[in-house]
Amino acid sequence: MSPSPDNARATGAAAHPGPHPGAGPTAATYRAVHGGRPEQFTAEGIPRLVRAQNGRVIGGVAKGIADHLRVNAVWVRVAFGVLAVLGGVGVLAYSLLWIFVPQGSDLVSGPVSQIKGREPSSTERRQAVGIAAIAAAVVLVFAASGMGTSISWLVGPLGVMAIGGAFIWREADENRRQRWRRSAAGFVRPARAPLWRVVGGASLVVGGLVLFSIGQVDLTAARSVLVAVGLTLVGVAIIFIPWWMRLVRDLTFERQQLITQKERADIAAHLHDSVLQTLALIQRQSSDSREVLRLARSQERELRAWLYGPAGYATDPDRASSHRPQMLSDALAVAAGEVEDTYAVKVTPVVVGDVAMDPEVAAVVAAAREAMVNAAKHAGGVDISVYAEVLDSSVEVFVRDRGIGFDVSKVAEDRHGLADSIRGRMTRHGGRARITSTPGEGTEVELVMPVKKQSGVPSAGAEQEEPEQTVSA
Amino acid sequence: MSDPIACPTTVFLVDDHALFRAGVKAELAGLNDDRIAIVGEAGSVAEAVTRITAERPNVVLLDVHMPDGGGRAVLEKVHALYPEAVFLALSVSDAAEDVINVIRAGARGYVTKTISGPELADAIVRVAGGDAVFSPRLAGFVLDAFSDRDGAVPAVNPELDLLSPREREVLRLLARGYAYKEIASQLFISIKTVETHVSSVLRKTQMSNRYELSRWATDRRLI
Repeated sequence: MSPSPDNARATGAAAHPGPHPGAGPTAATYRAVHGGRPEQFTAEGIPRLVRAQNGRVIGGVAKGIADHLRVNAVWVRVAFGVLAVLGGVGVLAYSLLWIFVPQGSDLVSGPVSQIKGREPSSTERRQAVGIAAIAAAVVLVFAASGMGTSISWLVGPLGVMAIGGAFIWREADENRRQRWRRSAAGFVRPARAPLWRVVGGASLVVGGLVLFSIGQVDLTAARSVLVAVGLTLVGVAIIFIPWWMRLVRDLTFERQQLITQKERADIAAHLHDSVLQTLALIQRQSSDSREVLRLARSQERELRAWLYGPAGYATDPDRASSHRPQMLSDALAVAAGEVEDTYAVKVTPVVVGDVAMDPEVAAVVAAAREAMVNAAKHAGGVDISVYAEVLDSSVEVFVRDRGIGFDVSKVAEDRHGLADSIRGRMTRHGGRARITSTPGEGTEVELVMPVKKQSGVPSAGAEQEEPEQTVSA
Repeated sequence: MSDPIACPTTVFLVDDHALFRAGVKAELAGLNDDRIAIVGEAGSVAEAVTRITAERPNVVLLDVHMPDGGGRAVLEKVHALYPEAVFLALSVSDAAEDVINVIRAGARGYVTKTISGPELADAIVRVAGGDAVFSPRLAGFVLDAFSDRDGAVPAVNPELDLLSPREREVLRLLARGYAYKEIASQLFISIKTVETHVSSVLRKTQMSNRYELSRWATDRRLI
């Protein structure tokens, strides 16, 4: 098995416990995932003979041998070409090597995209195809000139058959097989193209065999033979189809069991690391009610993010893996969490719409954080509500508490820090801030920042639908 | 709001955790609030359906996540047998699809389990009086569901699938943490009018297509 990134994700739950799988499989995870598989090198330090996964043209045989012998792949391909002319020995050798030499895995510890298989360069591909074409042409010339009857079978029906077989083997190559396996387990839908290639290959094989037999036997006898063969095939199908179906069902069931087990282990590990630890801490500090509150809040927030967050446990892994950029809602949630933890007050953020972070949005978040900190420090330990709404041309954030409040006109004179860190930040980026406070009733900070047309929100193309709905604040 | 003390609101408690039911009962009893009286409790969907239809309480406090179909199953079954029951969802989850799901099924309000005792008592009295209980978070979800941003889909029933500007304003103030009284004075309308707006938003949420609010709720997490 080669550590294709998907595979590493599916089988390597132990190696990647978090919701974000690591960048790429390292040598250590490779060993963990692939258990007792031999190393890439022999004891003498010679690379093992494996078929290359990177830079291959057909099956990776020539490239693999070239890597093994440490010579240029072109010479290996030429050698196969020359051998192919000699009675098809090269083709036979290539096929056998393709079948029996295991596919290698190129360990690249880098971004996942690199491991997925480097395509050979176009010159390399042209070279290889050219060599194959020359070999084929020479074979055809020999066959046409009647030389070497041993060659004629190669370009005849058996040649057709061999091409068909090659198609199927290419399809059944290991990483493709893995994809099939996953699709059987319901991870991805099977692609249409490979199916057609397999069907095409199979018909070539059967056609070649039929042509071959017609060439060998006379037609009248062939008819009864064909009937017999057909009947035999039907019989075999009747016998084997139920068995095959049960096998597939069992396999799927087993796979599901395995996945369920891994998920359970994953959940147990996470709960042990987070919730159980926090509960233990709470028991030890039960006399300090502020600390208990703080622990409980931060644990609740963490667990919610793990369960329902953008990359959370209950989220569809296929879509969660596509990295979404840092968004306003995330940034506000983080800021609210920090204030909650630092000042042991409850902060409830509500975000309507979302927008990707840019300097203006970041300024709003920073100003909002400052407002939360102020409320936490001065309002007298009351709950703080944060409401953010992304409108068509602006972002509005309201930070509100029901604390002791103050007289805005008096404070603005002698204490610049409070309002300036909020107001200054907003005006520098072209926004505005308004602070409303009534002694005894609490404070509300209103932040309005004009933003360019949002690009971070999907399906943003519906502004024309109901214009009268846009509310001016 | 100001029901005569003579006939308190009867409350039925549905939650599969006995400990939590005991806690809620103790807390509500400790308030000495004579506006409410707890008349029964149940720990499973089947038990809840039979006992609610027998007890006929005013308000059912309903847990969202339960085995055998959860709060939604209770809602649907009881509604068929005893349509006068008013449901207030009381859940530990504040995930968008849970909230939208029970609201669509006909709950009159949604509060999370971190709510304080007095607030819960107020919420019970308010739903019993025919009002909807919108937490700031629920208001945010509903605003999001009705926002014109995700409207690539044509509205099936434009009357229902739009919020009026006034309803939208009320909802925004709710999301900002304003009480009804404060909303009323901010918008220069009566508290009764605020209640009317909130109820009509709830009705729209329950009946609107808005491209299947629940689907929206699921998709939103996957931005």
